[in-house]
Amino acid sequence: MSLMKHFAAATASIALTAGAAVADPALIFDLGGKFDKSFNESAYEGAQRWAKETGGSYKELEMQSEAQREQFVRRMAETGANPIVVMSFSNIETLNTVAPDFPDTKFVLIDGVVDQPNVRSVMFAEHEGSYLVGMLAAMASKSDTVGFIGGMDIPLIRQFGCGYAQGVKAVTPDATVIANMTGNTGAAWNDPVKGGELAKSQISQGADVIFAAAGGTGMGVLQAAADADILSIGVDSNQNHLHPGKVLTSMLKRVDNAVYAAFKAGEAVETGHVNMDLAAEGVGYALDENNEALITEEMKAAVDAAAAKIASGELAVHDYYTDNTCPAVSF
Amino acid sequence: METSRRQESAASASNPLAIELRGISKAFGPVQANKDISIQVAKGSIHGIIGENGAGKSTLMSILYGFYKADAGEIYISGNLTPIPDSQSAIRAGIGMVFQHFKLVPNFTVLENVILGAEGGAILRGAMAKARKSLSDLAREYELEVNPDAVVEDLSVGHQQRVEILKALYRQADILILDEPTGVLTPAEADQLFRILNGLKDQGKTVILITHKLREIMEITDTVSVMRRGQMTATVKTAETSPEELAELMVGRKVLLSVEKTPAAPGGMVLEVENLRVRDETGVERLKGISFNIRAGEILGIAGVAGNGQSELLELLAGIARGEGTVRLNGQEVALNATADGQSRRARGIAHVPEDRQHLGLIMDFTAWENVAFGYHHAPEYQRSALLMDNDAVRTDTVDKMERYDVRPPIPTLPAKNFSGGNQQKLVVAREMDRNPELLLVGQPTRGVDIGAIEFIHKQIVALRDAGKAVLLVSVELDEIMSLSDRIAVMFDGKIMGERDPKITNERELGLLMAGVVK
Amino acid sequence: MTAMPKWADAVLVPLISLLIAFFISGLVILAIGEDPIAAMKLMVTGALGSTYGWGYTLYYATNFIFTGLAVSVAFQAGLFNIGGEGQATLGGLGVAMACLFIPWPHWSLALVAAVFASALFGAAWAAIPAYLQAKRGSHVVITTIMFNFIASALLVYLLVNVLRPEGALDSASARFGDAMRLPRLNDILALVGIPFNNRNPANISLLIALASCVGVWLLMWRTRLGYQLRAFGKSEKASVYAGINPVRMTMYAMLISGGLSGMMAINTVMGEAGRLLLNSVEGAGFIGIAVALMGRSHPVGVLLAALLFGFLYQGGAELALWTSIPRELIIVIQALVILFTGALDDMVRRPVAGLFLLMKKGKA
Repeated sequence: MSLMKHFAAATASIALTAGAAVADPALIFDLGGKFDKSFNESAYEGAQRWAKETGGSYKELEMQSEAQREQFVRRMAETGANPIVVMSFSNIETLNTVAPDFPDTKFVLIDGVVDQPNVRSVMFAEHEGSYLVGMLAAMASKSDTVGFIGGMDIPLIRQFGCGYAQGVKAVTPDATVIANMTGNTGAAWNDPVKGGELAKSQISQGADVIFAAAGGTGMGVLQAAADADILSIGVDSNQNHLHPGKVLTSMLKRVDNAVYAAFKAGEAVETGHVNMDLAAEGVGYALDENNEALITEEMKAAVDAAAAKIASGELAVHDYYTDNTCPAVSF
Repeated sequence: METSRRQESAASASNPLAIELRGISKAFGPVQANKDISIQVAKGSIHGIIGENGAGKSTLMSILYGFYKADAGEIYISGNLTPIPDSQSAIRAGIGMVFQHFKLVPNFTVLENVILGAEGGAILRGAMAKARKSLSDLAREYELEVNPDAVVEDLSVGHQQRVEILKALYRQADILILDEPTGVLTPAEADQLFRILNGLKDQGKTVILITHKLREIMEITDTVSVMRRGQMTATVKTAETSPEELAELMVGRKVLLSVEKTPAAPGGMVLEVENLRVRDETGVERLKGISFNIRAGEILGIAGVAGNGQSELLELLAGIARGEGTVRLNGQEVALNATADGQSRRARGIAHVPEDRQHLGLIMDFTAWENVAFGYHHAPEYQRSALLMDNDAVRTDTVDKMERYDVRPPIPTLPAKNFSGGNQQKLVVAREMDRNPELLLVGQPTRGVDIGAIEFIHKQIVALRDAGKAVLLVSVELDEIMSLSDRIAVMFDGKIMGERDPKITNERELGLLMAGVVK
Repeated sequence: MTAMPKWADAVLVPLISLLIAFFISGLVILAIGEDPIAAMKLMVTGALGSTYGWGYTLYYATNFIFTGLAVSVAFQAGLFNIGGEGQATLGGLGVAMACLFIPWPHWSLALVAAVFASALFGAAWAAIPAYLQAKRGSHVVITTIMFNFIASALLVYLLVNVLRPEGALDSASARFGDAMRLPRLNDILALVGIPFNNRNPANISLLIALASCVGVWLLMWRTRLGYQLRAFGKSEKASVYAGINPVRMTMYAMLISGGLSGMMAINTVMGEAGRLLLNSVEGAGFIGIAVALMGRSHPVGVLLAALLFGFLYQGGAELALWTSIPRELIIVIQALVILFTGALDDMVRRPVAGLFLLMKKGKA
């Protein structure tokens, strides 16, 4: 236990924040930072909702570098926080290393799978939600050309794009799907100017519905689409209100719900794999007063039917992760 | 006290003082550049300041112009105590300065250059018209005719200098400081300048002339101050002194202005040069078919006004530049194409004391010992192993060279920039001559070098000749060419105008050749 | 040029700059309603108060030593290599190539291969801008920074399409074999009986970094090549006079610089992550510029400056961990240190020089 002595010495200086007798839940954001207008921010909103409803307090940390992953999760566990929600698949290795050292602490990993007894792995079926908005895009498109703009070119975003393209092709088999990625660095998540440029380029190629799965970059896509008087599709949270009547729908990925649920369950949170798919309402499409005029009854009926088939397993949407390829579109 | 000091008041009852400096001192680190200097300069006179390089002339004038702040001392302008913390204050006090290297914007017109920094507002129109008017007034008054709409880079050097003078006068300068003004001028342009300066004096302006050329001092100044090692050794009336006396005051001992040497005993052919041609990057031909040869034990002097191809010739022979033609050293061909470089030349026994020691011959930030290895860093005696250099060996060698070539201070770890010009040059000379080269290329060996060092360097060059080596000497100083060379070739416009025997020819004849006039 | 003694120039001036930077940082912390003294204490104890903190500080410092040396070597040769980021990225690729495809029986063999591969890949990435500079005159500042982007794009392509194990969510290569796990600093120190925390990423790469400091010093100040590089850096014109080939010097300087940058990957890719990640360089290439500036392009200075930045990184992480000081502010503190020690150096140097002059006069 000599190493714990070091920790004791280190944590002794932590009197600043220590002092909570009852274990608070904790949320550790990934490198993008708390306000990434994407999934970290969505998690933050879930935590805030929990805090407002229960009046409870929680701890939070933002990772800044690769070397800090293990460091931050470990140090957070040492403060006694429980459960600890950790964002992003980038931390799969981290939790594989750290979780066994803290058997009494529950960890919740968003967007990744870790097989440890004290870890709850939450996966979202992005391809299923994307499939549904792809169907809507195809039905709303008059030119039979639709666009997809991803953020950074990583497998997760390809998963979005692949599901989307499959949905499009399911409605209009010979439709054209133009797919672009914003960039190759973290900056691609927050480059609305480039997002706008890409959108304009796709519009000039005939696209009249564009799905942005690009974090903050998507703001530029939605703006450019609204300016050009065509339709766009938001992502993660309900973005229909950003340009009412111009945003066809939003592909919902309820990270906030996952965080909220984990916080609410507290130390008793269940571990194991959780698949936040259509059936579990982890993903879906947004329908509200801002876009009700855009979605006709028959569009809604078609999509809901597909959703039911997917939920029941009758319709299988190809999962990009299984073989790193996509039958409907090439990136 | 090495010499007797003479102090004469330059002021008389009729001529009040334009400038008086009292007890000016300035140190740069351990180097005392100016030490307790006092000068009086009478209004409407031309006052010369002469001294060896590193004597502190330029520092003193920079203090007067507000570039440096003196550690101690006071400046009086027209009898009033006037602190000069910056050059703006100097301009306000009526001081104008013409630098050795002009501070003009080459692609501006004369008029634009003159008003630059004195525009008098954001809108140029009025200032331009006003400047045009006063420029033509000034030009008439002082015989300083320059086309105000000419672009400066198209002007000759002499005319560019006029623009500098006009700039100062436009700013109402009553006191004009010129730093080594003739260094860049042809003899004719220099004469022109002196006429202008005399004109300025007649109009009541005060002129301070910094130079190390005794002839100019004797020719034009009314009074002269001599500086040595940061101190003022004397201020005398020019009419009452002689070049020999001034030279002695400068160096603190008698110097020989002419070089003692025995007649040459030329041996076998060392260097044969045939039909050299060089184009610069703009395609202009700078060497237009040069041919000559040098025998062992012979000094060939190349005379000419700067910029007539001498630099290109030296650089081509030294392997720095590329060109066409044939060069043979001891009968063996020397490459002039891309395979040539300074290393292969040194391997062949060609040493090179370059014209520009500060930018070519030395690395100013390197220490003396690092500079001694410069160019000879492959020399076997400087290596410890295949990879490592033997720095100790270089340092030991440097101490030895410094002693034999009288480099002061003899500190091998001192950066080159902290040596005076003359000692920097001695360092280069020591490095290049000490290896007994077959052929020595030497350009402007005494440019900006004090008289003591000139004498020493000249002796070294002659000694190398007497040891049976060939020397190619390029210099714009006619005195130097005349006194050192065994044969003189004159270059003009990339060609050799003719060869003369220094014993037979005279400066007039050479001057005509330098101007491109062939009888 | 002044009466300032050497120690004041090398130690006192940077120290005062540092104090000013920390003082202003303190004001900023105060302005957002936190206690600057407590924050400072937290940084110091967090980074230097335990072997755990030291481990992280040294881990970061190792990165900065490599990139700082890389910038220094190029800078001594008059070249401004700001492509450390891309060269280290490629160095990481080299490490991955060496570790993924050859089943080394022992870490020591793998380490030798990784050092070689990382330096080779990093140098190769610097070679193209170097060639363009030497032969075509395209400025390395422009080309190296462009090559950072190309390196990043190349790595994304390779990690997403080629090196990523099938089905993996993360854009990262497979794990290197267990035999290639490098000894951690605590393992090494245990050999000489010094207890050291084992939950930190400091590893044997630190020793390679220290050896590189000595190596660069030897290279620059003891070898003929170093002599020529320095001469070339001071004056290209004079170098040509001395027969030093500018093309060759540009190539050598950039190759050595790129190799040093690439070697940083041994620490991050092999020592810490044990696999190739998308962003394992994380700006260390750019921090290397600040480290080289502050360290006056001398290996000893680089070492000290790298330790300082290691301290700032780890201390900053502790601030983020235990206070509500936002992480942007921690970057502000780091930026202030760079600003005062690098860019505004003269602001402190002049008054200090003046002070020494006064003191000297007072004595005289």
